[in-house]
Amino acid sequence: MKQFAIITFPGSNCDYDCYRALRDVAGQEARFVWHRETELGACDAVILPGGFSYGDYLRAGAIARFSPIMPAVLAFARAGGLVLGVCNGFQVLCEAHVLPGALVRNRSLKFQGESVRLRVERTDTAFTNAYEPGQKLELEIAHGQGNYVADEHTLDQLEAEGRVIFRYVDAAGQPTDAGNPNGSLRNIAGIINREGNVLGLMPHPERCVEALLGSTDGKPLFDSLVRSLDGAWQADAAPAGRA
Amino acid sequence: MATTRSAPAPRPGDPEITPALVAEHGLSEDEYEKILDVVGRDLTYTELGLFSALWSEHCGYKNSRPLLKTLPTEAPWVLQGPGENAGVIDIGDGQALAFKIESHNHPSAVEPYQGAATGVGGILRDVFTMGARPIAVLDSLRFGSLARPRVRWLMAGVVKGIGDYGNCVGIPNIGGEAWFDDAYEGNPLVNAMAIGIMKREELIRAEASGPGNPILAVGARTGRDGIHGATFASEELSEETEASRPQVQVGDPFTEKLLLEASLELIRSGHIVGIQDMGAAGLASSSTEMAARSGTGVDIDTALVPAREEGMTPYELLLSESQERMLVVAKAGHEEDVKRILRKWELEAAVIGQVTDDGLYRVRENGVVVAELPGAPLVTGCPTYVREGREDPAVTRLRDWQPDAAILAPAARHPKKILLRLLAAPNIASKAWIYRQYDSTVRTNTVTPPGGDAGVLRVRGSRRGIAATVDCNGRYVYLNPRRGAMAAVAEAARNVACVGARPRAITNNLNFGNPLRPEVYHQLKEAVAGMGEACRAFDTPVTGGNVSLYNESPTGAIYPTPVIGMVGVLEDVSRAVGLAFREAGDAVLLLGRNTHELGGSEYLKVVHGLVAGDAPEVDLAHERALQEALIGLAEAGLTRSAHDCSEGGLAVCLAESAIASGLGLDAALTDEVPAAPLLFGEAQGRVILTCAPADVPEVIEAITGHGVPVREIGRVAPRGAPFVLRAGALTLEASVGDLAEVWSGAIPRLMERSDTL
Repeated sequence: MKQFAIITFPGSNCDYDCYRALRDVAGQEARFVWHRETELGACDAVILPGGFSYGDYLRAGAIARFSPIMPAVLAFARAGGLVLGVCNGFQVLCEAHVLPGALVRNRSLKFQGESVRLRVERTDTAFTNAYEPGQKLELEIAHGQGNYVADEHTLDQLEAEGRVIFRYVDAAGQPTDAGNPNGSLRNIAGIINREGNVLGLMPHPERCVEALLGSTDGKPLFDSLVRSLDGAWQADAAPAGRA
Repeated sequence: MATTRSAPAPRPGDPEITPALVAEHGLSEDEYEKILDVVGRDLTYTELGLFSALWSEHCGYKNSRPLLKTLPTEAPWVLQGPGENAGVIDIGDGQALAFKIESHNHPSAVEPYQGAATGVGGILRDVFTMGARPIAVLDSLRFGSLARPRVRWLMAGVVKGIGDYGNCVGIPNIGGEAWFDDAYEGNPLVNAMAIGIMKREELIRAEASGPGNPILAVGARTGRDGIHGATFASEELSEETEASRPQVQVGDPFTEKLLLEASLELIRSGHIVGIQDMGAAGLASSSTEMAARSGTGVDIDTALVPAREEGMTPYELLLSESQERMLVVAKAGHEEDVKRILRKWELEAAVIGQVTDDGLYRVRENGVVVAELPGAPLVTGCPTYVREGREDPAVTRLRDWQPDAAILAPAARHPKKILLRLLAAPNIASKAWIYRQYDSTVRTNTVTPPGGDAGVLRVRGSRRGIAATVDCNGRYVYLNPRRGAMAAVAEAARNVACVGARPRAITNNLNFGNPLRPEVYHQLKEAVAGMGEACRAFDTPVTGGNVSLYNESPTGAIYPTPVIGMVGVLEDVSRAVGLAFREAGDAVLLLGRNTHELGGSEYLKVVHGLVAGDAPEVDLAHERALQEALIGLAEAGLTRSAHDCSEGGLAVCLAESAIASGLGLDAALTDEVPAAPLLFGEAQGRVILTCAPADVPEVIEAITGHGVPVREIGRVAPRGAPFVLRAGALTLEASVGDLAEVWSGAIPRLMERSDTL
């Protein structure tokens, strides 16, 4: 069994959902690490959950990146540890410049809580190896600032390096404007770092792991993580960045 | 009765008490006389402020208490009835639900965003101060016509306020209702309901027991916002109300989240004996009410209250309605433990006084007594009034109205056109524009999100689930208050039973006009009577709620709107039923009886611009039997889909199940009833249920066994097939895609209109 550290900021509100998904569904160990700690303790992977870290009245994740626990999270990532940022966690990773780009207000200028369609763009990563290539997913989003933006150069680079992992798609599975819930450039819903060990995404896989609640399309993400940590899946010798 | 031992000296700078000042504080001459009798001397300004708040309608229930006393409040599963921060029921497996509804109508009318946001904040605090972790929010909204820019501004602000607050705290919104009618034009209604869950033994009451125990102010600091909010909520809205905007409090959901976690940790820690939200009338009401429940006194010093601003007077500190604050009574010697827990959550706690045994409510400022009143009369001595009730003769005449041929004709001539118009009517159209702005799946318990007949949550650690809904058709209540209130309870129960849950209890939000007007008091009295009758028939006692009177504006009173918030329990949440058709070929059954009724219907309003006729008849015994049948079939796993038939009638009910599924319909009605009432009438006690064709005999036998009329009216048709509903020689045929487009697009199209104020 693997140990997951879930970073809890005072305004995190999906920390418990991640905990339940990991313990009850994925059958792993998980514990909360309070934002004021400065060490992660023994753990195999780190999750930055959704919520409103410090209220996010300034800009989502803008203050969280300066919290006492973040140096330990960044060091863990630099050492190659697996880090998953969901929703607010993705925003924090962008604010901390672990992932490029930024998440700005949805183009509707409204908070959006709904089910969206996604396409898995890569299945040769530590986070997606249990998905089928090109698999279409339905996951929940719940955010006001999920509109992914970056300069053209960065976007081209992300594409060239195959670092776009999830894309919003329409009913036909195409990344069209109609399938884009929040205005994200190139329909980007989730990206990975060049080294392939840090993933950020806006949709909530932890909310979609039980048939009773409507969708199990988030479960393979956790299964992928476990397989990677167990050594049952290994990245090609080539960095995740080479498409 | 305790009497005061000494008169506090008037505080330098406080205004002199004049009859005009007393009147400004919302107290009548008689009431003031009564106060002087009880106290035995003149009041200080601080004391006048205290009586003004606690004897306001909002806190004192002076016009509603005698009526509320007639409501049923008990059942074996009720752990806490009215009188606490929230009602609590046992749901089995050692778990309990706390729930309550509350209005924020007046604040939302002048500052929709903050008014609605703080409404959610307040109701969440009511639930978590019982020891329960909030697991759901529901909202019941009333506005004027969306054709008006100001109404759109109000709705956009209210929805964003509810969303931003609940989303940030991380509580899913699982259902609600929104109604639009000119009656709410000048006085919108914003009612929010919260539900929390706890282990039975974690239930805590808001008591200030144990003389010598310290009293702490906890959470946000106290500012000058919201002073006299309780009194403000007890007046009619007027042209000058806009100037009251500073009386609207400002919410901070991030602090609420911290306060929630800190409060639950405090309650579980064993360091405290009581906790209460500083809500309406703030420190004044929380401290006096906690003491009154325990029969103790309190002695507090306002100079010790952490203030946001300098130079605040005792009057201001007592009556401020600054948000995200709690009053905590700790065990003596445990003050530091309480402060340590608050510090972890980056919140403050300050000892501001202690519990005493003399029954007096004593307030000091830097040690100098500025108010000293007998506590009990302050909280429970507010006089109550039984007013004169008399029905408005115009309403009596409306009830006698009968439809003529011209009223009936359009339905028979253009049934499809009428159905499309009804689906586009904001009262019927999809409310996704609203609930998409709410997080409905956080906490990962949501089995049925908003948009169903009732929201459904699973209960962790058990097979059970809970269902909740908020309902009221104010038009019915206007036309026939007693019957309309019965219909509100019946519809709520039908919604809960449709998803497969057993209705267990209600919380009510009585939104009415000025009770001093006989026609309004009549509505209130009759509605409470009808509600009580229905609750008794369904075994769903009232465990608490809120009364909001004086909902009037220069354009007149609102429709009387007693909103019912109902909770129910599912024995096996995996058997929860949805309203969408499930499979082509499934049998479509109609439970209940079609009638000639058309009174109060959306058809009359939308097609003819009429609000007339009597509210539809409610047969409580039939409703109860219908609920039992629905629960039994859901538990047996025989129900494929079920949907309550309400506004817009049978045609709309069937269309909604088709739209939700994308499947077609082929059904025929053979009743000897004209097309208008048959297709669009709103006869109560009807449900559309689908089941597998093979199960039809068993299902019909079960329903008949409960004495409920039932018949098969058709079959679910495949995806791509049209929606076909025949009534005698008449055929209503439409593409499901067209129906869906009209139904989903109506409110977004109105909200996107660009004409401005």
